[in-house]
Amino acid sequence: MADPTVKDRPAAWPSPWPYDFPVEGKVPAAPDKVARIAGVEPARPVAMTRRSLFGPAFLGWGAFLTAVGIGKLGLVRFLFPNVSFETPQEFPTDKPETFARDTVSETWKETNGVWVANVEDSIIAISTVCTHLGCTPNWLPAESKFKCPCHGSGYYMNGVNFEGPTPRPLERFRVYVGDDGKLWVDKNVKCQVEQGTCADRKFGIPA
Amino acid sequence: MMNKAGDWLRGTQVWKSIFRHGPPTTARNRTMVMLSNVFLHLHPVRARASGIRLSFTWCMGGLTFFLFLVEAVTGILLMFYYRPVAASAYMDIMALREDVPLGIMREIHRWGAHAMVITVWLHMFRVFMTGSYKPPREFNWGIGVVLLVLTLLLSFTGYLLPWDQLAVWAITVGTNMARAHPVVGYEGPGANLLQVNGIALVHSGDDIRYALLGGRFVGESTLLRFYVLHCIAVPVMAMVLMAVHFWRVRKDGGISGPL
Repeated sequence: MADPTVKDRPAAWPSPWPYDFPVEGKVPAAPDKVARIAGVEPARPVAMTRRSLFGPAFLGWGAFLTAVGIGKLGLVRFLFPNVSFETPQEFPTDKPETFARDTVSETWKETNGVWVANVEDSIIAISTVCTHLGCTPNWLPAESKFKCPCHGSGYYMNGVNFEGPTPRPLERFRVYVGDDGKLWVDKNVKCQVEQGTCADRKFGIPA
Repeated sequence: MMNKAGDWLRGTQVWKSIFRHGPPTTARNRTMVMLSNVFLHLHPVRARASGIRLSFTWCMGGLTFFLFLVEAVTGILLMFYYRPVAASAYMDIMALREDVPLGIMREIHRWGAHAMVITVWLHMFRVFMTGSYKPPREFNWGIGVVLLVLTLLLSFTGYLLPWDQLAVWAITVGTNMARAHPVVGYEGPGANLLQVNGIALVHSGDDIRYALLGGRFVGESTLLRFYVLHCIAVPVMAMVLMAVHFWRVRKDGGISGPL
């Protein structure tokens, strides 16, 4: 490609664009600037030096960046709603005597994500979250086991795993008999069988 | 005759106001064509003949961009019918297949998304195998990696929108990863460092997963959040980075030469 110069421009098409390619020769600097640099002419008095700009500049940028930072915090806070419309973590079920020996109640599975099981002489609340990858297993009464449809993890009636990819038993929640005589489940407090934390009496009431 | 018409057209003020350069008969004007057009200026002014060989680039970057445009157009059309509300989302997806003309539109969007992941991967593979990530193109490789992540995030957020069992459980499983994020995920390492009198500050009700889902579980608010991420947030980020990506190809010396 030849050097793009003004000469390449066809005479019939004068470019109206002000941004032109390299022009032969160079526009000389303004004479007063030349004189000032050469020291011929004393520097003109100025209201503000470049150095004195630092203070206001720091102040200005500091204020601006602080405002931006506060805005960012507000943006993050915006993502956390003040009111959650999810179901309460602590809820009543039924009177303890209604849970027959060696049965699993699915009444609170859909609404609260909990199975209430009367197993091994105590009534316990089992989490419906599969400990493999978080799906919801199904209770199969005929086979007396929980079976996860996602990857085939299987658990006994007491929530302890025995087949499939899951590494540990289903978690359990705190249960207690409330003032209304009903069995209450508190999902805020959970225990893990494999860690031995479920031995505490608060995670199962005697059947 | 045609010449005269062309001359007249190029002499009109409308033409001259749009194209601020002469006919591309000189090297200078051909350069100006590229430089004075907002779309073309993202491209290299010149490209090596060896570099644009199909066997060298596989045209995978271009195909990825083409598929992004397909996804944008079909996605906007789908938005006319789809409502991101739990009560109607699945029905709207069904209606898009059964009741809306050109029921294939959602399929194009879905298969286009799959194809885009594949072309992005092949593009990355090509760039790696031709050594096109080497200086001076390291920064553009980095942008490309971010664009790969954004492509996967687009697929991930779009996966929830049909609101069927597959979608809900896939997102449940996928977002469980956020629980294990260091410090800000409530099951992640360091989360228990933030405690006041034994009360954890990072718990399932205020960790990073909660912000992502809009709740403890995948629910109504999750559907809306993922819809907004899928249709606005991630595409805008991808578009900005794509512009930089294409422009950097030019700035870093055009398409790389064969090894």
